[in-house]
Amino acid sequence: MFGYIVRRLIAGVLVVIAVTMIVFAIFFYGPNDPALAYCPESKCTQARLDNIRHNLGLDRPAPQQYVEYMSGYVKGRHIESGAISVDCSWPCLGVSFKYRVPVFDYLWQRAPATFAVAIGGAICFLTLGLSSGIFAARRRGTLADKGIVSASLFINAIPYYLLALLAYLYLVQGLGLFPETGYHSPFTEGVPAFVGGLALPWLVLGIAYCTQYARFSRGAMVDALNEDYVRTARAKGLAERTVTRRHALRAAIVPVVTIFGLDFAYLLAGTVFTEKIFGIQGIGLAGLDAVQRTDLPMISATVLLGAVFIIVANIVVDILYSVIDPRVRLS
Amino acid sequence: MTQTNEPVPQREAGYVSEPTDGAGTDAPFLVVEDLTVRFPTADGMVQAVSDLSYSVAQGKTLGIVGESGSGKSVSSLAVMGLHDAKRTQMSGSIRVGGKEVLGLSNDKMRRIRGREVAMIFQDPLTALHPFYKVGVQISEAYQAHHDVSRSKARTKAIEMLDRVGIPQARTRVDDYPHQFSGGMRQRAMIAMALVNDPSLLIADEPTTALDVTVQAQILDLLQELQKDFNSAIIIITHDLGVVAEMADEVMVMYAGRAVEYGTTRQILTHPEMPYTWGLLSSVPDVTADPEARLIPIKGNPPSLLKPPSGCAFHPRCPHMDKVPGDLCQTTLPDLTVAQHAEGGHVKRCHLPDPSAIYEQEILPEIAPDLVELVVNDELPAETGTGLVEDSPSDVVLPKER
Repeated sequence: MFGYIVRRLIAGVLVVIAVTMIVFAIFFYGPNDPALAYCPESKCTQARLDNIRHNLGLDRPAPQQYVEYMSGYVKGRHIESGAISVDCSWPCLGVSFKYRVPVFDYLWQRAPATFAVAIGGAICFLTLGLSSGIFAARRRGTLADKGIVSASLFINAIPYYLLALLAYLYLVQGLGLFPETGYHSPFTEGVPAFVGGLALPWLVLGIAYCTQYARFSRGAMVDALNEDYVRTARAKGLAERTVTRRHALRAAIVPVVTIFGLDFAYLLAGTVFTEKIFGIQGIGLAGLDAVQRTDLPMISATVLLGAVFIIVANIVVDILYSVIDPRVRLS
Repeated sequence: MTQTNEPVPQREAGYVSEPTDGAGTDAPFLVVEDLTVRFPTADGMVQAVSDLSYSVAQGKTLGIVGESGSGKSVSSLAVMGLHDAKRTQMSGSIRVGGKEVLGLSNDKMRRIRGREVAMIFQDPLTALHPFYKVGVQISEAYQAHHDVSRSKARTKAIEMLDRVGIPQARTRVDDYPHQFSGGMRQRAMIAMALVNDPSLLIADEPTTALDVTVQAQILDLLQELQKDFNSAIIIITHDLGVVAEMADEVMVMYAGRAVEYGTTRQILTHPEMPYTWGLLSSVPDVTADPEARLIPIKGNPPSLLKPPSGCAFHPRCPHMDKVPGDLCQTTLPDLTVAQHAEGGHVKRCHLPDPSAIYEQEILPEIAPDLVELVVNDELPAETGTGLVEDSPSDVVLPKER
C-alpha cells in the first residue's frame, strides 16, 4: 500500500508539472497579451507597453521564465524584475502582477474562507443527501420515495447560481432571515459571526449538492438492500437498524465515496459562484479576479491548486476503497 | 402485512419457550397450515404459495422439491418472516415451537430468526457480506441473541468454525469470505446458522452452487450436525438425489401448491403424481441400467400471474387422456390419500390408478432393474432408491485447503 501511494504521488507530481506547462503555454502563446491589462487604454504607447512587459518580467524568453518559475517549487526565490523586488519564500508560486505580493501568501490568507465554505457545505450536503437517499430507499415505491426523487430532480434542474442568487436575494436582502453573508474568522471575530456569515452558503451548497447524493445513495442502497448478504443479516435476527447501517450502508457507500472525493476537491479549490454571490473572499474569487486581470502567477497558482486537490482526492478515494472493501487490493 | 385469517391470540412476547425434545409434546416443531402468500410484481399480483400445509419435527428432515418458481423458497422465507412485510399478503398459520409467528411484529420475529429458526442459502459467496471477516459475521449472529462480550462471541465463532470442519479455525476466523473456498464458505454459513443452536434449520438449495464432491461433504456435515443438535431441517432443492440422501419426508411442490407429500421412501418408490414421475425421470443415475432413459418434463413451469385452470400441471401432463372428461382442465384435484398410503402419503391428482401407470409405464423406462422389487414392495430399506450414489467419504476426498 505504501508503494502504491508513492507511485500515485509521483504520477501526481508529473500531472502537476504538465498542468503548469499547459497554463504557461496558453498564456505565452495564446492571443492574450497580459501587459495590455496593465496599460491604460487611452495613453498606451509602445514604449509604455514595453516598460510594463519589462517590469513584469515578460520580456525574457518563455522557457527561461518557466524554469525560473518552477524553481520556486523547490526553494524560495528573490524576484527582481524592473520595479518589482520581492522575497518569495518557499513554496514560491510567483508574485502577483497586480498585488506585487507572493501568490502563495495571498492565497494562503484566503484559504480559511474557502475551506470553511467547503467543509461546512460538504457536511450539509452529505447529511441531507445520504439521509434522504437512505430514507427513500427503505420506503421504495411509496409517496415519500417519489417525493424525494422528484424534489431532487427539480432542484438539480435549477442552475446553481440562480439558486444561490435567489436565496441571497430573498433570505438575506428580502426577508432578512439570515445575516449578511461573508467570512468572519472564528478566532478573531467569534464563532457566532463565523457561523452567521456562512450559514446561508452552507445551506445553499447543501441543498444544491445533496440532490445527486440523494439519488446516488438511494440507488446504491436499493441495490444493497436486495443483496443476499442483507437477507442473511436479517436471517441472523439482527435489528433492522443494524441491517441497514452496518450491512447495507457499508456496501452502498462505495459509489458515494467516489463522487464525494471529486466534489470536495472542487469545493476546496474554491467555488466561484458561491464566493462571488455571497461575497466570500476565498480562493475561487481570487482565481476569477486573476483571470479578469490576466495575472499569470495567480492564475497558474489557482489552477495548480485545483489540480493538486483533485489528484489528492483521487488517491484518498482509492485508499478509502481498499479500507471499505477488503477485496480491493491497491497495486 | 395483510392478515386475512382470524386474529391470532398474542401469547407471551419475546422468545419462544424452549422446545421439548419429543417427550411430552406431540406437536411437531414447525407446523404450517393453509399458508397462502401473495405479493405484487411489476406484471401484477402473484399468488406464490396456495393453501400449503406441512410440518417438521425435531431431529427430522423435510425435503421440499420443485422447479424454480414453484413457491418452495417463498414458503420458507415466510417461515423466517423474511418477506417484504409491506407488500406481501399472507394468510394461514405458521407455528414455531407451538407459537403462532404469522403476523408477529418485525421486532418479535427478529428474536425468533436466527435463534429458533436459522437459514442457509444457495450461494455462500453472495450470502456472506464481502466486507466483514467471517468470524465477525458469526460473532454478530451470536451476539444478536446472546448478551456476551466481543471476545466471548469470537471464541464461540472459532468453536463453531472448528465444529463445521474449517481447518485452523483460530486463524481462519480473521479471513474474509473471498479468502475461503466455495465449500468452506458454505461451512461458514452453516456455522453461522447453528451458532445459536436453532431448533429448525432451513437450507435453501445449500449445495446447488457447489462442486459435486463438495456437495456430498456439505450434506454429510448437515446430517452429522443434525444428530448433534437434534434440530429439524427443511431442505429446499430441485435435486431428488439430495432429498434421497437427506430427507425423512418429501413435499413436492408445483405452482405454489403441494402436489405430493409423504415419506421419502414412499415418494421415491411409489410416486403417484405425474409431476413427481417427471422429476424422477429427469434425474441422471450413474448406477442405473444403461438402457434407462433420461426423460425431461416437457414445457415450462406455469406463470403464477395466470396459473392454468384446474390442475396446474395439466398443460404439461402426458397422462391427461387417462382421466375421464375434462376434469384436469376444470377442477383442481384435492390432496387425497395415495394408493400406497403408508406414512401419510397424499397426492393431488385425478388419475384413477396412478400406481399401475407408474409401475407399468414409467418405471420400466427409467429403472428397468427395479420394477420387480418395487411392484412386490421388496426394495431393501437401507439401499435407498438407487437414485444417488453414496456420498464419497471424507477419507477418499482431498481435504479442502
